[in-house]
Amino acid sequence: MDVIMLSRIQYALTTVFHFFFVPVSIGLVLLVALLETMYVITKNEEYKVLTKFWGKLFLINFAVGVVTGILQEFQFGMNWSNYSRFVGDVFGAPLAVEALLAFFMESTFIGLWIFGWERLSKKVHLACIWLVALGTMLSALWILAANSFMQHPVGFQMNNGRAEMNDFLALLTNGQLLVEFPHTVFGAYLTGAFLMAGVSAYKLLRRKDVQLFRKSFKISIIVGLISSLIVAFSGHDQAQYLVQTQPMKMAAAEGIWQTTPEKAPWMLFGGIDTDSRSNSYEVNFPLNGLLSYLSYGKFTGSVTGMNELQAQYEQKYGAGDYIPPVKTTFWSFRFMVAGGGLLILLSLYGAWMLARRKMDSMPRWYLWAMTYAIALPFISNTTGWLMTEVGRQPWSVFGLMTTADSISPNVSAGSVLFSIITFTLIYSVLGAVMVYLFVKVIKKGPRDEQTHHDHHGNDPFEMEELKHAVS
Amino acid sequence: MLSLNELWFVLIAVLFVGFFFLEGFDFGVGMSTRLLARTDGEKRLLINSIGPFWDGNEVWLLTAGGAMFAAFPNWYATLFSGFYIPFVVLLLALIARGVAFEFRGKVGHRTWTAVWDWCIFLGSLLPPLLFGVAFATMLKGLPIDSDMQMYAGFFDVINPYSLVAGLTTVVLCLLHGLMFSALRTTGQLRERAHALAHKLMIPLAVLFVLTAVLTAVYTDAFRVRGAVLIAMAAVGVVLFVLAGYFISKRREGWAFGMTGGLIALAISGIFVALFPRVMVSSLGAAYDLTVYNAASGPYSLKVMTIVALTLLPFVLGYQIWSYFVFHKRLNEKTHLEY
Repeated sequence: MDVIMLSRIQYALTTVFHFFFVPVSIGLVLLVALLETMYVITKNEEYKVLTKFWGKLFLINFAVGVVTGILQEFQFGMNWSNYSRFVGDVFGAPLAVEALLAFFMESTFIGLWIFGWERLSKKVHLACIWLVALGTMLSALWILAANSFMQHPVGFQMNNGRAEMNDFLALLTNGQLLVEFPHTVFGAYLTGAFLMAGVSAYKLLRRKDVQLFRKSFKISIIVGLISSLIVAFSGHDQAQYLVQTQPMKMAAAEGIWQTTPEKAPWMLFGGIDTDSRSNSYEVNFPLNGLLSYLSYGKFTGSVTGMNELQAQYEQKYGAGDYIPPVKTTFWSFRFMVAGGGLLILLSLYGAWMLARRKMDSMPRWYLWAMTYAIALPFISNTTGWLMTEVGRQPWSVFGLMTTADSISPNVSAGSVLFSIITFTLIYSVLGAVMVYLFVKVIKKGPRDEQTHHDHHGNDPFEMEELKHAVS
Repeated sequence: MLSLNELWFVLIAVLFVGFFFLEGFDFGVGMSTRLLARTDGEKRLLINSIGPFWDGNEVWLLTAGGAMFAAFPNWYATLFSGFYIPFVVLLLALIARGVAFEFRGKVGHRTWTAVWDWCIFLGSLLPPLLFGVAFATMLKGLPIDSDMQMYAGFFDVINPYSLVAGLTTVVLCLLHGLMFSALRTTGQLRERAHALAHKLMIPLAVLFVLTAVLTAVYTDAFRVRGAVLIAMAAVGVVLFVLAGYFISKRREGWAFGMTGGLIALAISGIFVALFPRVMVSSLGAAYDLTVYNAASGPYSLKVMTIVALTLLPFVLGYQIWSYFVFHKRLNEKTHLEY
């Protein structure tokens, strides 16, 4: 395998893994902050117990998110040095701001929050977790500003063969960012909410700490419902934006080879044939013009197909294959949407039960469904990013630089293979440990504050004195 | 007046000084878990003494990396791709260390704790070693060609000079960490920190002299910036003597200040010797990366200057506040989180 493919594999592996933890951190910290707010307002100790329990899970997850994030910041220079040279001027700035504004805030206030329970007043302690929550949001904003530049480059001019920034505000008002940010952040809230709801549902099924977990179930269902709806609406906005700015990606996501008629039907699924550049079969949704609606917000409007776009791009950018891996893009999109749809249905049902004050008589099938639904946001998050990044190929920065041109020419395939192997190994260990610890903490439950430390004596010096006394 | 290119060079130097001053002590404390602690309880005390800080300290490195990317993309690209394998090792060390703090106390099993303790120890030892090696070779010169691509062989990276510089960085961080431990613990642990610090002074002095001599042999630092570097070395000698004095007088706060001062001086010395280069090419001065040919455009630098100078005071403010919140010594009665 060549360096390009290996670098792409490494980037995909490390980034997908990193993004298992990021949305959980963003989502859980908001929920933990809400729980602690309830504690400070109501002075009900149950909320404190809940804050500590969910805080513990949040911290285990946060640790993995933080360390895998260090790699993210380094690997642009390590594996994509040509890319870094070419766009560092524009792309580096949001990354630096992210570190200065968000990473410092998160890391300092999380330290204060973990260790400050007894040193800080209740309100200051609460402020710390809200600042961490704010930090995670700012972090998302700046890294997505950088990513949006790759999808839809703005605010730059070409100078000496490099992209140089000439309008900082344009980076922040990039239309792509305005649709991508709410979609990603509320997707993260959704992930945190369904994790909390799923674990709570499991505990309710087992009749453990019912009083407590009803509380966290309620909060998470409300956050989940709001988030899932915003994710859907902002997703619709993003699709419409993509049709304008990256029509190839959207055409690939919908499996559109030939430009559609005025009333474009929406293909539910079909047989993508990349060799003949057509579909072997198509199963359309029985509402004609649905794809027009998804693309333009009205039921008429033809959607340009990949074959026509390919011809356009050849004229514009020169000879080459401008069609991304269609199957991956097409199916990723479907998995993402299906996952999102299920999440909306599940949260609507839960909210409806809550509204009818039937919290006590939630059917068991629903609680089980909620437990398994913990996996859904992860599937949607991952496939969503696969669609976004794979669907942009062959470009790393759309229309400006190809992925093949972005690599580090001085790094050998052997070196990249070495790093893939070592990173995969350490990430596998982290993943396994993390799941193990999550299960352990969840099983132990919130009431058991005793940790193993207390079993072998609190006083390290006592042992020491003893030894001295003996000798 | 400094040009923006020069200002960003200074800012990145400041970020690295901040990183080594702060993370330097938590690296040192991480190493000292194997050298000072005799019981699991003592280990926990040491780890908890840096608990609230290490993550915030590490962000200084991330910010330095981000600032290099934004202000000097060619520096960032050449350095990170050129040192590919060392950076892989660095990342593995930082990853293992970071999770180890959070994981080690979560399962009451001997082997479990032992594994994460090794991660903490090696994860605290390897990064200062690798940074020492990297900085020394950046100054000594690396094979960087006309396309700014660096193709470094094993001996370009690993040589007597870089190894001595790496070892010096490790011992300096360890001493700095011992002073931090002495500041934040009581009893036996504090005594042992003092005793070990005492023992380290002579080896550290030897290492400093060796590094200085090898710097004169392997690099052009003293030819290019002789006067300034000799003045800095003189200040270094004073700081070193004062550190020894304060350690023997058990003035821990002052001693910590002096070891921190030594770190700041050493790191800024490298930047002074480099300037206006950011990486020296061993293939000819024409291929050196400088604050001019490695930099972003003026617009980018201006925007980043405004952003950085606005945000840094806040960062310093709340980080200092967090040190103030956790200024009390830890003892066996303190409630420990890790």
